[in-house]
Amino acid sequence: MASPETTIPADLLPAPSAEGGRNYLNARTGIRSWIITFDHKRIGVMYLVSILVSFLLGGIFAMLVRTELLTPQRTIMDADAYNRMFTLHGAVMIFLFIIPGVPAALGNFVLPIMLGARDVAFPRLNLFSYYLYVIGAVFALFSIAAGGVDTGWTFYTPYSTSAGTHKAVVSIIFGVFILGFSSIFTGLNFIVTIHKLRRPGMTWFKMPLFLWGLYATGIMQVLATPVLGITLLLLIIERVFGVGIFDPALGGDPVLFQHFFWFYSHPAVYIMILPAMGIMSELIPVFSHNRIFGYRFIAYSSVAIAILSFLVWGHHMFVAGQSPLASMIFSFLTFSVAIPSAIKVFNWLATMYRGSIDLKTPMLYALSFFFLFGIGGLTGLFLGALAVNVHVHATYFVVAHFHYTMFGGVLMAFLGALHYWWPKMTGRMYSERWGRIAVGLIFVGFNLTFFPQFIMGAQGMPRRYYNYAPEFTRFHRESSVGAYLTAVGFVIVATYLLYSLFRGRRAPANPWGGATLEWETGSPPPVENFTTPPEVHDPYDYTDLEYDPAIGGYVRKRSMDRSSPHDAATTA
Amino acid sequence: MEPVSHEADATHEHPSRLAHHFDSPRQQAEAGKLGMWIFLVTEVLLFGGLFCAYAVYRANHPEIFVYAHKFLDRTLGGINTVVLICSSLTMALAVHAAQRSRKRSLVVCLALTLLFACGFLGIKYVEYKQKWEHGLLWGRLYRPVTHEAGAESVRATAPAATAAAAIDSMAGAVPDTSPVAPLVERSTIAPPPAGPPGLAQPRSADAHHDDEKPPNNVQIFFGIYFMMTGLHGLHVVAGMVVIAWILVRASRGEFGSHYFAPVDLVGLYWHLVDIIWIFLFPLLYLIH
Amino acid sequence: MTPTILAQTTGSFWLPPRASTASSNVDWVFYFIYYISVFFFLLIVGLALLFVLRYRRRPGARPSEAPHGNLALELTWSGIPIIIVVAIFVLGFRGFMDMTIAPANAMEIKVIAQKWKWVFEYPNGHVDEELHVPVDQSVLLVMTSLDVIHGFYIPAFRVQLDVVPGRYNKTWFQATQPGEYVLYCAQYCGKEHSNMLARVIVHKPGEYETWLRDASDLFKTRSPVEVGQWLVKVRCSSCHSIDGSAGTGPTFKGLFGHEQKLRDGSKVVADENYIRESILEPQAKVVAGYDPVMPTFKGQLDDREIMAVIDYLKSLAK
Repeated sequence: MASPETTIPADLLPAPSAEGGRNYLNARTGIRSWIITFDHKRIGVMYLVSILVSFLLGGIFAMLVRTELLTPQRTIMDADAYNRMFTLHGAVMIFLFIIPGVPAALGNFVLPIMLGARDVAFPRLNLFSYYLYVIGAVFALFSIAAGGVDTGWTFYTPYSTSAGTHKAVVSIIFGVFILGFSSIFTGLNFIVTIHKLRRPGMTWFKMPLFLWGLYATGIMQVLATPVLGITLLLLIIERVFGVGIFDPALGGDPVLFQHFFWFYSHPAVYIMILPAMGIMSELIPVFSHNRIFGYRFIAYSSVAIAILSFLVWGHHMFVAGQSPLASMIFSFLTFSVAIPSAIKVFNWLATMYRGSIDLKTPMLYALSFFFLFGIGGLTGLFLGALAVNVHVHATYFVVAHFHYTMFGGVLMAFLGALHYWWPKMTGRMYSERWGRIAVGLIFVGFNLTFFPQFIMGAQGMPRRYYNYAPEFTRFHRESSVGAYLTAVGFVIVATYLLYSLFRGRRAPANPWGGATLEWETGSPPPVENFTTPPEVHDPYDYTDLEYDPAIGGYVRKRSMDRSSPHDAATTA
Repeated sequence: MEPVSHEADATHEHPSRLAHHFDSPRQQAEAGKLGMWIFLVTEVLLFGGLFCAYAVYRANHPEIFVYAHKFLDRTLGGINTVVLICSSLTMALAVHAAQRSRKRSLVVCLALTLLFACGFLGIKYVEYKQKWEHGLLWGRLYRPVTHEAGAESVRATAPAATAAAAIDSMAGAVPDTSPVAPLVERSTIAPPPAGPPGLAQPRSADAHHDDEKPPNNVQIFFGIYFMMTGLHGLHVVAGMVVIAWILVRASRGEFGSHYFAPVDLVGLYWHLVDIIWIFLFPLLYLIH
Repeated sequence: MTPTILAQTTGSFWLPPRASTASSNVDWVFYFIYYISVFFFLLIVGLALLFVLRYRRRPGARPSEAPHGNLALELTWSGIPIIIVVAIFVLGFRGFMDMTIAPANAMEIKVIAQKWKWVFEYPNGHVDEELHVPVDQSVLLVMTSLDVIHGFYIPAFRVQLDVVPGRYNKTWFQATQPGEYVLYCAQYCGKEHSNMLARVIVHKPGEYETWLRDASDLFKTRSPVEVGQWLVKVRCSSCHSIDGSAGTGPTFKGLFGHEQKLRDGSKVVADENYIRESILEPQAKVVAGYDPVMPTFKGQLDDREIMAVIDYLKSLAK
């Protein structure tokens, strides 16, 4: 660690990873060293670039949708184009961005380091997962060129088995099928890594909670995604060979498709949110400089959510024609899954109590999560209540609900984590000022985009509508303006992050004062993650971390005696 | 593989088979085993969806399954079951041989496993061919040769129109004057009009059979049959490819008591393929 | 068709007007959840803000000793939400059962959905594109689709149910307020999904019967050609176009009086007998290049209506 006596500017000091600044980014150069790498860090970076490109794509589709909706009738495109646009927006955002997002892009990078390991359990499988992602994306996006798909990301039958061209529909479904396997293998990798590659001394309950989140997510990925796989396979077979399993004219049942589809897609939304909640469990304690409150409860609640998420898929089908008994059971179970989420939120709040809160950009994202996921989660109560669901199902109320949870929850956490681990991954600091400006814009823009949609939906505005009743114009306009504002926020984020890669201040090993193992190694880390094997300690104990202005980061005050974090004596 | 920084690892022994991110061969073997078991779980869930579809349709239309399964050749299916079980046995023996560094045994057992698998596929080919010749296929291709020709020669095409026709004829082909047909709800899956699927034939068409009249929608059974056995067959083929690869490596002497994990893990996969068939066989062939 | 909503002015900020017996219950549950949500939202955000302000990091200040777990607290903030969600569930469920099970004296109207229009069949056999119901009378909807899944949704009545091909789904409502409302399709069904609307008219007492009587008598206000046009629009247009465009069946434009080539190779002139036979026995003569999928309308169109259709088709041949 740099000595506090020197006053050499931090950006002239060698990057704290040893060996003269050699780290995973510059250890080997050339395209080949990237595309056939087995290094989880490089794979994580490749994933990150890919999913951010997907996010850009999905975002462009969103902007086009919102622009079309500025007027009740045609604005910039016809109905066919619009229907394809919202389908693509949903499919790209869900399958190419949000589901892989946190686990593949950030988890891949951070998980082994947090465990004190040198890599994930199956590095080659990891690279294979990445290529499955790319191939899946290619197939899915090829559908755009092949004539477009307008089924909605949910592909309900019989519309999806009869509409559009074979080329377009089969390619997007096949693409999603392949993406599913990318997801399965990532989950499998993480589960085995967490089971087998923990550093000696790191018991389950000494793991950072982000890893509990990734673990529970992995369980869900492994159990739920194969069902999506067979569902999509059945869809392709139905379409191409006319098997008739979903076709009433051939004795099939179109609603059976919905059961199969939602059996995966409901756990899928928890696959999205659990890693995000794991991130919250890292950001809040670090930026409150306070041990996490209720560790075990948060850990168990992740597992509880993973299990319960498999039992509630029918709440997407309350008005599909399923029996009232089934609806009743699903409604009841749906409310049960709200409880573990509530437990987490209260525990995070309690973590802030009597803490020392630092409003850096990652923390601002975490605070936004409280607000936005709070609304998203609470509006889930409306949707789980049967009588209300009948009225708001398939309206903009649902659209607003899932955007508040997926965007306001998952995306905010993702951005917070991106800003949190950016110094670790890139070795650079970004502009804190611009970071805060962007959070503010995104926060305000997001609310402006989606809150009016709750009102519209409750008033009866159905979703997936190209034309709409003139009474809703005002809400749609507000929503579209909000979307533009939010987009500006994202552009700002992209700009300063890219800028930081070239001109950012060099990052210290521990810019934020985190106590998890990734902050014990350099920014960026060496190829093998640690130059000396790290010692396992309490991941939420900040008592002997002190800020050193000379390097602009935190150091451990005492290099000895780290294993007794409860030692009360501290010297300044 | 990336060059490992060996300075830090100078104190470790690295047997040649140990990957750089594992601390010990035992950790590596355990990780591989756990990984394979998890992968098998995903396979179970993949097939699970099909088993679920089977269960739903059988519960709602038992008559279709009772009628249609008779067209499956129980003998051939039984032989196939025995063949696969034998292949599992030889696979297990192969693992055993690998653990004891018995290279020749290993190679022979792997080859036998492949042979049995070929036998399985061969018998499946015969069965599929029979079905094809008798027109016992899925969806609209269901054209059982035992029925009279006659009106079967026409083909419906567009599914939308077919569904439309189906419902319209349900609603409209009522001889009495009341336009709202009395509702008879037996199951949630409504049968299309009588006759080959998709055709809205007037009710006055002749009945085809003097003896047992087949139930509607027999093609659903064959759709499920082909999907389940087809997906299973694909997994058999994939397994054969992997076993062949292991066979090549075994003949090069790569496996022994110090390192047999790939044989072990492939064996696990192969046993799953076998177990899935053991469930498929009675469910499809042995319905009472 | 440009969607419009009338009678909207009596709705509230959040919800549309209450025009059915189910509305008040649904709205009550909605507001129950709403106020609970507002409370917890303010609590959570308020606490977060409070803590941010009070425990802001100040240079030199060390965080004071803080607890890291408290079982009583965990049980409290698990237990209270459990009680609340159970209450919400019960309220939602009770209302739902009422909305699902129709009263015994409900008047049955059949609903047929197809891309992209709604067709309603009234108890006397009349078929219409608008949904007319009497006020204060429960109406049972028996619904099916001819092609893909559609969604039957009348926001003002708080009623919604998917309409599925191959089966009948049932729901009901009882309108409490005369006026005009809108029915939306709520399940994406293709290009014109957002235009698949229908007018819902709730009649004052006594007026429904009058309307039905007049509407059923198609010839009352229409000439035979207009009746034929109406019938073709409601009954035939899903498969037969009138402008020459391709469809499941041959276009009606220029059909009448011209020779048709049939599937078996023979030829026939499309005269009055041919039209009548095609309506009643559609499989007898199928035009070449088309599938024999037309259903019969025996029992649905009487002779007078068939003549009207023929008259209309004649007008299209000119």
